[in-house]
Amino acid sequence: MPVGLVFRDCDTVSPPLLPTAADFAMRPLLERQKYLIDYTLAALFRRKTRNLGLLLVYTLLVFLFASVLLLSQGLRREAALLLQDAPEVVVQKLIAGRHDPLPAAWLDTLRRIRGVGSARGRLWGYYYDPAVKANYTLMAAPERGLAADEIIVGAALARIRQIGVGDYLSLRATDGRPLPMKIIGILDSASELLGADLLLLSETGFRQLFQLPPAVYTDAVLTVRNPREASTVANKIALALPASRPILRAEILRTYDAVFHWREGMTFVALGSLLLAFLILAWDKAAGLSAEEKREIGILKAIGWETGDILRMKLWEGTLLSLTAFLAGYLLAWWQVFYGGARLFAPVLKGWAVLYPDFRLTPAVDLQQVLVLLAVTVLPYIVATLIPGWRAAISDPDAAMRG
Amino acid sequence: MPLRRFPHPRKANAALTLLATLSLLFGLTLADSAWRARSTNRAADRALVRELGLTDLSLFTEARYTRHPTQADRHSPFQDHPAALDHFPSGALLPPPPGLTLYSHEE
Repeated sequence: MPVGLVFRDCDTVSPPLLPTAADFAMRPLLERQKYLIDYTLAALFRRKTRNLGLLLVYTLLVFLFASVLLLSQGLRREAALLLQDAPEVVVQKLIAGRHDPLPAAWLDTLRRIRGVGSARGRLWGYYYDPAVKANYTLMAAPERGLAADEIIVGAALARIRQIGVGDYLSLRATDGRPLPMKIIGILDSASELLGADLLLLSETGFRQLFQLPPAVYTDAVLTVRNPREASTVANKIALALPASRPILRAEILRTYDAVFHWREGMTFVALGSLLLAFLILAWDKAAGLSAEEKREIGILKAIGWETGDILRMKLWEGTLLSLTAFLAGYLLAWWQVFYGGARLFAPVLKGWAVLYPDFRLTPAVDLQQVLVLLAVTVLPYIVATLIPGWRAAISDPDAAMRG
Repeated sequence: MPLRRFPHPRKANAALTLLATLSLLFGLTLADSAWRARSTNRAADRALVRELGLTDLSLFTEARYTRHPTQADRHSPFQDHPAALDHFPSGALLPPPPGLTLYSHEE
């Protein structure tokens, strides 16, 4: 605060701008805090460009961290809720460490294992469409009652190929023959997170396309009579069929939990350098009181402010700036992730993929993580504001005014 | 000495109102999360998962081990030839499935 301003107000006939210690004692608590805020804001606005710049960078930093946090929380919860109905056990056949078609005879062996409820073969695979350079996931859907030349496609696939119900999509069979498939349905666009790239066809159509012998499946899915015994059943399967690889539902859920924790961690590491840069900036700004600011504190003490008042003023300075930045950054992140389709992170999630689901996540908040974010972003700034203010406040006003 | 009144609106009032509004909106995000978690109907999605036996989300469709991370074998990211490097961008962001790591086998 410019020295002249304080003296000018004290010396002129007009009432002083700053409240004196006597005024503080008379005012109720709230009014006293309001005067402190008024003074703090006036001081902040005197260094408008610097403080607004800091607020902007601070908000952006919180926005980035909160976006990653909310996106991974949202995806983690979505995966956990949607995949709780995933098959209890999936059995694959591995040859030389690679996935191989599973003989239909294995299904009988699996059904005979104690604890297995039912076992059915699944037919699914991938199809690369050179027209749009996209990978589709093809799956036989026996329950849909599709004819050999009928398909149902995912919403993202239909969008990228600009096709709809009644159109034909030509697929190239393994032997090179084109197989025109009639689209008789499009999967609900609300399910894009599950089936953006899905192409459902009949078992006959699938076998025709990939020239697959009738006695093999891609893998098998099992139900287990007692879900708590799923891991025991998996061990029995591994013993009965040594070339098999059983995958439990619990492992599927654990994988998704780990995927998004990892992704969140990777992004945080990438953002870490940004956080460090900001910490240096904030520390430099907050911890290194300029000679002008020290003189200002000296003057405040000389006109009767107590050390406690100066600390409260500094506390308000840190709180107003950091809390505003935190709340604004968090709210922007919330809107971006849950109402803006997380478009900011789409390039990261997309990778080289051509097909990308258009999904809206259900808001999910882990209050504990938000509080950690609050603590990591707000508290250091407040501390960095308070400590130098306290140092200047406990020094002799005369020494402080002389710098 | 009489205290000069600050002209309206006072800066403190404006700042406190701003903070109160932002805090209220923050509270609303928590309420929105709780409300939508209960009201969102996932019956159709879950039925699709049950019907087709789906195991993965269609988030990363660029390679088979990123499209179906839970079904991928341990060699699929390095599928081109022995000692081949994983070259899909999503691969850098996906950890190996916990079921395939050494730690899980030691358990």
